[in-house]
Amino acid sequence: MANPSPITYDNTALFDRRPLHFDPGLRRNRLNLLFTSIAGIFAAIAVLPLVLVLFHVLMQGGRLISASLFTQLPPPPGLEGGGIGNAILGTVLVTLIASLIAIPVGVGGGIYLSEYSSRGWFAQFVSFGNDVLAGVPSIISGVFVYGIVVATRIFFDQSYSAMAGGIALSVLMLPTVIKTTDEGLKLVPQELRWGAYGVGASKFVTVTRITLPSAFTPIATGIVLSIARAAGETAPLIFTALFSPFWPEGVFNPIATMSVLIFNFAIMPYEAQNELAWAASFVLVMMILAANLLARWISRMAKV
Amino acid sequence: MLTDSSPAGSGPVNPNRNLAADAFTLRRRPPSEKLIDLGFRQLTLVLASFVAIVLLGIFLTVFQGAREAISSFGLSFLTTSSWDPVNEEYGAFIAIYGTLVTSILSLAIAIPLGVGTAIFITEDLIPSSLREAIGLMVELLAAIPSVVLGLWAIFVMEPAIRPALNLLHSLLGWTPFFNTVPQGPGMAPAILILVVMVLPIITAISRDALNQVPIELRQGAYGVGTTRWGAIFSVILPAAVSAITGGVMLALGRAMGETMAVTMIVGNALNFDLSLLAPGNTIAAMLANQFGEADGIQVSALMYAALILMLLTFAVNVVAQWLVRRLSLRY
Repeated sequence: MANPSPITYDNTALFDRRPLHFDPGLRRNRLNLLFTSIAGIFAAIAVLPLVLVLFHVLMQGGRLISASLFTQLPPPPGLEGGGIGNAILGTVLVTLIASLIAIPVGVGGGIYLSEYSSRGWFAQFVSFGNDVLAGVPSIISGVFVYGIVVATRIFFDQSYSAMAGGIALSVLMLPTVIKTTDEGLKLVPQELRWGAYGVGASKFVTVTRITLPSAFTPIATGIVLSIARAAGETAPLIFTALFSPFWPEGVFNPIATMSVLIFNFAIMPYEAQNELAWAASFVLVMMILAANLLARWISRMAKV
Repeated sequence: MLTDSSPAGSGPVNPNRNLAADAFTLRRRPPSEKLIDLGFRQLTLVLASFVAIVLLGIFLTVFQGAREAISSFGLSFLTTSSWDPVNEEYGAFIAIYGTLVTSILSLAIAIPLGVGTAIFITEDLIPSSLREAIGLMVELLAAIPSVVLGLWAIFVMEPAIRPALNLLHSLLGWTPFFNTVPQGPGMAPAILILVVMVLPIITAISRDALNQVPIELRQGAYGVGTTRWGAIFSVILPAAVSAITGGVMLALGRAMGETMAVTMIVGNALNFDLSLLAPGNTIAAMLANQFGEADGIQVSALMYAALILMLLTFAVNVVAQWLVRRLSLRY
């Protein structure tokens, strides 16, 4: 700058003289309002199915709730009345078998991934495989268990069984349990582990007495959610647990479950069966929503 | 061990005493403790390898079951559409076509809805209590079992949307995609119920992706004077697009493998029809309907179809994982 001359601002040229208050009539503000309304409508459409499904399940299923629903067997086709007692018991039993397999295996696998080896090629492979397994369609896990358990009659020469259904469900639960355990343990501050080693605890004691209890909340939340999801699954059960119009006869026989009952009875041309399908939906949805709220409550308890 | 309680300096000091060794005698780990440690490590290793075993087991079981059908039908299985248990001729074209069409069209509807909802509940457009309520409801929608959605689709949704489908038929009936009269189950209701099922996935992942966009990007955008939607379209969405794409791919995998609701509403057709209003079929629906009663080479043909479904979802999921891992948080 050889010759600095006094700078003069021409305000009228530099600044827009329009008022600074919000003018809803401007093109950009009208566009903003338009997009906001579109997003709002989309959100309303997204919420609508839940409201409608819950409304119909409550209305159609709720009015059928009675004591006999829980204590009686489904009626033969064409007859009225009856209940879904065997299916409720069956769902509880099959989900229990699945949990007894998937929770120990999943928590153990998650501990390995988080505490012992998160860098090695094997851990990387397991972690990747876990993501792939989570994406395997649920019907495929039914095909798998049909192939290794039902078709081979591995359990006391029984083909379809509650056990097979439970194994098929555990295949679906496993990835979720591993993932939540792994992620829950990774949230535990490293200082806690150092502290435990510092006072002379062994790795085993550190994991079981320090790390796992500190990660209890996220792990429990994930497990409750995965149990809720497994209880509602149908596809892996249709040709593993099959169905039974009778009360459960041990874990090595075919068993009725609520989800398969809904599927079978929904496509039957009988009014009574259709109504039982709605009633079973009501019970199932209530159980699953309760589990979801329980999971939410567990994670909220820990934050306080 | 620090057992010496006498204060330093009191009492006679033995010059030969090795103070350090005395004060910090290292506790020797007993063999039992080492054994437990090692055993626990091996136990968790075995449990972790269950994932690999199950995954390989699934692939091998399905492949082994499909071998007979692969050798007798070969690749023409993918392109022929006869499904004839009497003459033992099988082709999965209808099911493969149905799987791809229902999942892709359902995503085409669900992506704008899901991303729009995610924007609505992350971008401070409404009070936070309302935002949380909408988020909770979308999450609960994901928890509804698919068989219950199928029941709802049969008895409530399909009769309710039939007038709209009839209108579609009368307006666009001249195109091959809408040239059949809607009569209950069909591809169109299946697509709609799939939208309901993948919407929560897309919304949840988009919401996480949008929440992870650094606040500085938003501040920068507003600082240079853009409007809210200017910031969303030009700054926030481009920053989150890779994670959203990953979520969309995960949803695509879910839609392709979704079984129960689709089986109940898709119509399980055995004849090919280009019309979306006509009954169709998907691989998963075919498996759910026929696997229990099949025998002989039909089981093998179904396993072949299952193998195709597995490879499709595997490819989609691997791409999704890669997108989520590689591209997220790179602005």
